[in-house]
Amino acid sequence: MATLKISLTVNGQSYGREVESRLTLADLLRHELDLTGTHVGCEHGVCGACTVLIDGRTARSCLTFAVQADGCEITTVEGLAPAEGKLNILQQAFQDQHGLQCGFCTPGMLMTLTELLRDNPDPTESEVRDVLTGNLCRCTGYAGIVSAALEAARRLRAQQER
Amino acid sequence: MKPAPFSYHAPRSIKEAATLLASLDNAKVLAGGQSLVPMMNFRYVIVDHIVDLAKVEGLAGIKVGGATLRIGAMTRQRDIEFSPEIAQHCPLLREALSHVGHRQTRNRGTIGGSLAHADPAAEQPTVCAAHDAVIEITSARGMRRVPFAEFPVAFMTTAVEPDEIVTAIEIPLWPAGHGYSFHEFARRRGDYAIVGAAALLDLASDRTVRRASLTFCGVGIGPLRMSEAELMLTGKCFDRAMAKAAAATVRTITPVGDIHASADYRRHLAEVLAFRALRDAGARCGTRI
Repeated sequence: MATLKISLTVNGQSYGREVESRLTLADLLRHELDLTGTHVGCEHGVCGACTVLIDGRTARSCLTFAVQADGCEITTVEGLAPAEGKLNILQQAFQDQHGLQCGFCTPGMLMTLTELLRDNPDPTESEVRDVLTGNLCRCTGYAGIVSAALEAARRLRAQQER
Repeated sequence: MKPAPFSYHAPRSIKEAATLLASLDNAKVLAGGQSLVPMMNFRYVIVDHIVDLAKVEGLAGIKVGGATLRIGAMTRQRDIEFSPEIAQHCPLLREALSHVGHRQTRNRGTIGGSLAHADPAAEQPTVCAAHDAVIEITSARGMRRVPFAEFPVAFMTTAVEPDEIVTAIEIPLWPAGHGYSFHEFARRRGDYAIVGAAALLDLASDRTVRRASLTFCGVGIGPLRMSEAELMLTGKCFDRAMAKAAAATVRTITPVGDIHASADYRRHLAEVLAFRALRDAGARCGTRI
């Protein structure tokens, strides 16, 4: 079995592990680091549930081998909340606008929208819908998710102005 | 849905990567992994060795020199999409990239990876065909430059040999102010195109077509250049009837029908999209039809 030593940072914490080269980043996060907030849906890059930030950019963690993440900074859904029991602005907007039902797609949705709102603080509805094409939701019909994204953008801008 | 075991190699230089490929059996090159890794997860692809190009020096970057644009094979699609040089010199590529997968896959996916994968519906090879790009391929045996017309050789098969690596794409530029347009039809945004059409136009001030390029994806094993349409347009006055007639040349093509769309439907789409692409390319160089 081919194994390799890797070290990476996840949500600001450093980890070192010896991993099989075929282990995906998603499985490393879930099974080795016990960060089970990242969900695994289709395992071939279509559903977007496993979306994380790799060096600040969204990526499918099911299409990235853990060995490729050697030396990278990863942010997962666990890295979003400011403190235990508290939600960040985007997460709170999801709760307020009914942006989730079963919750399976939510971690991926949050990571995709985290990147969007960082790069584009005032997106149009069409821009929000465009990035969300990469994340499948089978419950909400997306309306609540789109409202949550736009509401979060408003709240983040208001916070910036203060 | 887990890939079969393999050994992972992360060379630091082209030379090291080429040496590895020359010596390893059943090895595959990993670029952005957005096509290869799904195939490995499904075990359509089972390899003994993966040679990851991510840490190879000098494979990513965009450079404009004279009338040629050079894009390193490992340049991420997202970096091409937002490059000011691409927007200025090769806007067709930028427009085509907006149809490639999703933001999350464009963040990792590379132009060289897309070319080597050679999906018949892929947009980036279509732009390469439209622009008469030259593909630079390197191995331990040396470097060679393959005109794009000779690059796809069969269904999802290219001129790249197992010991070779796509290292760069050279795109001859069209004159400043040329018209361009990429249209495609897919069932959902970000899905593979059923059919796509890319048009480039260079018009004189009196609307005479100095040069035209019309290319399709999704209708054959690789991108299809419609030289008949290009010849029909060149030297003529660009108007609605001429664009319609050029688009109608696709009635002779023989696409392969599949579960997604019949051959007839693809031919119909090709004609509709060709007209829209020519019309919008004309509008972008000042001629509304």
